[in-house]
Amino acid sequence: MTASEKYTAFQTILFKEVLRFMRIWMQTILPPVITTSLYFVIFGNLIGSQIGDMDGYQYMDYIVPGLILMAIITNSYSNVVSSFFSAKYQNHIQEMLVAPLPSYVILLGFVAGGVVRGLVVGLAVTLVSLLFSDLNIAHYGITIAIALLTAILFSLAGLINGIYANSFDDISIVPTFILTPLTYLGGIFYSISMLPEFWQSVSLANPILYMVNGFRYGILGSSDITPFASFGLIMLFIAALSFVALWLLNRGHGTRS
Amino acid sequence: MMTAALHIQALQKTYKNGFTALNGINLTVEQGDFFALLGPNGAGKSTTIGILSSLINKSAGEVSIFGHNLDSELEAAKSCIGLVPQEFNFNVWEPVQEVLINQAGYYGIDRATATRRAEKYLKQLGLWEKRSTMSRNLSGGMKRRLMIARALVHQPRLLILDEPTAGVDIEIRRSMWQFLKEINAQGTTIILTTHYLEEAESLCRNIAIIDQGKIIENTSMKKLLNQLNDEAFVLDLAEPIDASFSLPGHNIIVIDDITLEVHIHKEAGINKLFEALTQHGVNVLSMRNKTNRLEQLFLTRVNQNSEGK
Repeated sequence: MTASEKYTAFQTILFKEVLRFMRIWMQTILPPVITTSLYFVIFGNLIGSQIGDMDGYQYMDYIVPGLILMAIITNSYSNVVSSFFSAKYQNHIQEMLVAPLPSYVILLGFVAGGVVRGLVVGLAVTLVSLLFSDLNIAHYGITIAIALLTAILFSLAGLINGIYANSFDDISIVPTFILTPLTYLGGIFYSISMLPEFWQSVSLANPILYMVNGFRYGILGSSDITPFASFGLIMLFIAALSFVALWLLNRGHGTRS
Repeated sequence: MMTAALHIQALQKTYKNGFTALNGINLTVEQGDFFALLGPNGAGKSTTIGILSSLINKSAGEVSIFGHNLDSELEAAKSCIGLVPQEFNFNVWEPVQEVLINQAGYYGIDRATATRRAEKYLKQLGLWEKRSTMSRNLSGGMKRRLMIARALVHQPRLLILDEPTAGVDIEIRRSMWQFLKEINAQGTTIILTTHYLEEAESLCRNIAIIDQGKIIENTSMKKLLNQLNDEAFVLDLAEPIDASFSLPGHNIIVIDDITLEVHIHKEAGINKLFEALTQHGVNVLSMRNKTNRLEQLFLTRVNQNSEGK
């Protein structure tokens, strides 16, 4: 395949992926927007008004970046894991496997689909957040870069989950038992400076903490962690997960006998 | 000498559970051929096809498609193949036309060209009116035709059909045969697996029979059918006959009082039988083959192989 043919193939997968989640927007776009709106109302408005300031910011302003990033994380992940697993389950992944498509084009296509969904939902949540908070973005470049890289990272993670999954249970285990706890404990609702020293150290082992804080730095201009550490960790994870995902696809794990 | 469309050498496949599906098969399919790959269930047909289309990893052996080795030139080899698998494997939530356009896209064909080709093949296979229908809403026969259209959208040189007419009514099956004949006449090499042996006999020029992971017969259809020494016919009689009826020198079985089964050797011809029946006052109303000729040979070969002959 020439480079142009590969680009056409990539576009085809991306277009198909975007069309897939846009067709079912009531299941893919609307629910996370409603859920996050409830977070804004309950944690930001009702409970947040009792909490006062956090790291010098109003509580509502403090949680907005984390909630936007949480929507990006969960949606980019779930888009790829469910799409890839259902392609495997219905066997239509074979349409791609019989074609002369290099594995990296398949990887890029699915990941790009997850990134688009993550960013579309992230944008929708951001627009909703404007109803509750005056969003003054301190560093546009950092904000956009962290959002994009986080979406890439979790799309890759979703792809690996999709490759390994053998049943519908397998695609919900990681989000339920790993992703959600790590996200909630990743400093969305609180600053780790509030925690005892021991738990601060434990929290630093949570990679999502770096992403949330990197994103918070982009929007608010300050956070518990330096943006360099956030970028470094995200890039490291992207490199590692890309390698694993590509290796699994090349090997035909879960897709070839 | 023209490069073979498919060349398989010492191909082996042993699955993780230890089951050996292919035990060193050798096979060559020439360009332009309409080739039948037959075998009982579990013989290794689908495994062979899976390896050719790279859905199954081989354990050992060499495969080349139009001279492109599957190990060293995988992309080029894949570009030559169009696959119609046994099971429906398209996205049931996509409209018919989109299934084809997406498939073309995976081969790097731009959307405008893909749309034109999708129209061409959907029209040829009688699915154009259904182009906007969700593919899950198609009938079984339509789904089979959709898979053929999808396999052709990148205009492959080798079309592999794994039981393409399974569960399809006779009228649609015949129209599919006609379509496949036309595609073959235009130069596309076709490999067909089917359980309808009448289909293989009608369409294919060359044949291989695979059983227990080995090729047990590989010849032209004509030569294979010429090997049939004995043909069985069923005769419907005008009047009832006695259960003990027999004719010296003829192999006759009385099925019931108005039906006979006769086995006739190729060299003997059928005239002598009719002369003898007439002499004994037996009037025959109609006659038909007990089984399809290829079916008879197929069963003989497979049984011989099972008995280790």
